[in-house]
Amino acid sequence: MKTVRIDAKDMHYTPLNQKIRAAVADGAEEIILDNVLGQRFIGDGVRGNTRIIINGVPGGDLGMFMSGPTCIIHGNAEHAPGNTMDSGMLVIHGSAGDAVAHSMRGGKVFVRNNIGYRGGIHMKQYEVDVRPVLVVGGTAHSFLGEYMAGGLVLVLGIGKEKSMTDRGIGSGIHGGEIIIRGEVDDYLLGVGAKKFEFTEADLERIAPIIKSFCEQFGYDPAEFLDTNYTRIGPASSRPFASKYVWE
Amino acid sequence: MCGIIGFIDRKKSRMDGSSIKAALSLMNERGSGDGAGYAAYGIYPEYADCYALHVFFDNMAEPKKKVDEILQQWGEIVHQEEIPTTPQPGLKKVHIPWRYFFKPSEGLMEGRMASENDVVTHIFMEVNANIKGATIFSSGKNMGVFKASGWPEDVANFYRIEDYKGYIWLAHNRYPTNSPGWWGGAHPFNLLNWSVVHNGEITSYGTNQRYVEGYGYKCTALTDTEVVAYLFDLLGRQHELSHEMVVKALAPPFWDDIDRMPAKEAELNKAIRLTYGSALMNGPFAIVVGTENGIVGFTDRIKLRPLVVGENGSRLYISSEEAAIRTLDPEVKNIYTPRAGEPIIGRFIE
Repeated sequence: MKTVRIDAKDMHYTPLNQKIRAAVADGAEEIILDNVLGQRFIGDGVRGNTRIIINGVPGGDLGMFMSGPTCIIHGNAEHAPGNTMDSGMLVIHGSAGDAVAHSMRGGKVFVRNNIGYRGGIHMKQYEVDVRPVLVVGGTAHSFLGEYMAGGLVLVLGIGKEKSMTDRGIGSGIHGGEIIIRGEVDDYLLGVGAKKFEFTEADLERIAPIIKSFCEQFGYDPAEFLDTNYTRIGPASSRPFASKYVWE
Repeated sequence: MCGIIGFIDRKKSRMDGSSIKAALSLMNERGSGDGAGYAAYGIYPEYADCYALHVFFDNMAEPKKKVDEILQQWGEIVHQEEIPTTPQPGLKKVHIPWRYFFKPSEGLMEGRMASENDVVTHIFMEVNANIKGATIFSSGKNMGVFKASGWPEDVANFYRIEDYKGYIWLAHNRYPTNSPGWWGGAHPFNLLNWSVVHNGEITSYGTNQRYVEGYGYKCTALTDTEVVAYLFDLLGRQHELSHEMVVKALAPPFWDDIDRMPAKEAELNKAIRLTYGSALMNGPFAIVVGTENGIVGFTDRIKLRPLVVGENGSRLYISSEEAAIRTLDPEVKNIYTPRAGEPIIGRFIE
């Protein structure tokens, strides 16, 4: 396997991203970035099947517009990893900041621990097969899945008494679904969000995603396949219809 | 978008400004080169009982004469000098930064003002509102603000920030979006020992400004953040509210959250909202305030701006980005993002 190793210590994001692109163009199958600290836009717009290993804390908008690669992050991520990501995967061995998976269009974002506010904001999907997935191992702060138009957000609440304790879940959601392990108090639901029955068929549907998440972080999937979930979706496809137009 | 940093060593062990400069520069993307600044506490131990007044002078003639006069009406100038600076190619020296170490005198205060803090507040407002060519931008004891229009490194190098050692540091990288970029509009904003760095906008500025002006504060910095310093002074010093209570007044819980609280807690929160409705700040903000007793960080109630917290022993770090904290302290532990409106408070341990 062709591996390229880059020491990112004290490097600005522009030369760093130029080096990553050059390595991808040169056919690198694996790119290892060491001493990453706050560099933005890593992996942005990169296409192909390259595996990018990030050692450190990457800056905002990690994997934006990315199409294909897998990024493994050994550290926390800052704001908006997976922003408008097209396909591929981000695996974050830590927590992430606000607006994780912002406007994501496809692929997977797996976060082992917690995420900040507005995770999955504006996530969207194209028909049934181009569907982004955000899985959070721990918990998320308020406005999870805000203005969501498609895709899946899954919160497992590992190590938490309750998976979600912050309000505004699915504020303005008009497509896609938010699935949360365990019960969710009604007052945590945002405007336009509604609970739906979580069925055996739903569990079957998300089982491959749970298995894939567990595989990445070395968890036993059994306990997540034999438990209750709450499914939250849009109450209507136009939650603010009466607010902005006269009919 | 702006970048902010707050640092405190709760055991008052002092740190020089070099790593603060590096951490702020890491967030250059959050600024536009139109303003940067630093506040450091514990830097003037030799004048610890004097007010350190930092002033921007347009020239050393008329404005200086008028400031000298007003100071002499209220007390004694113990020492004064130009703040040492080093010219930077990327920074145009628009003003002359000057510092006075000033002591109000009891004889002159008697029958006119109740406390030294009232005297200094009066001088601060009087100079900034009425003396053309002079702006007091720092007025606390044993602390100082250093700010200008420019990039974080340039402003730090201009003021030789690594020569100062403080147990509290605030830093700010400015991206002005709705007010002019000028030296007095750079952060931190200060009054007495309150200093404020802020990322965001205070859309309730008009209401908040009218409220503090009713108590004699004058807003002259042409931007929203200064009102936060005056709100902290009004609620924290004049009304003697704890830092936690000030944050509750400025970024209170929603009414439906209050309804779910236990009766006693709900009653307190209702009372604060009703009493301080005009102090409530709307809009997106992440703020760190330096105070006499420590630092206070908080965000708006729906968390429209980032804030990350980290700790290591007696040191507490607050910043817009985790990477900035790790630049200050690669060994930092317990990194987390606080909830919206949650006060993050670092106090000195005696």
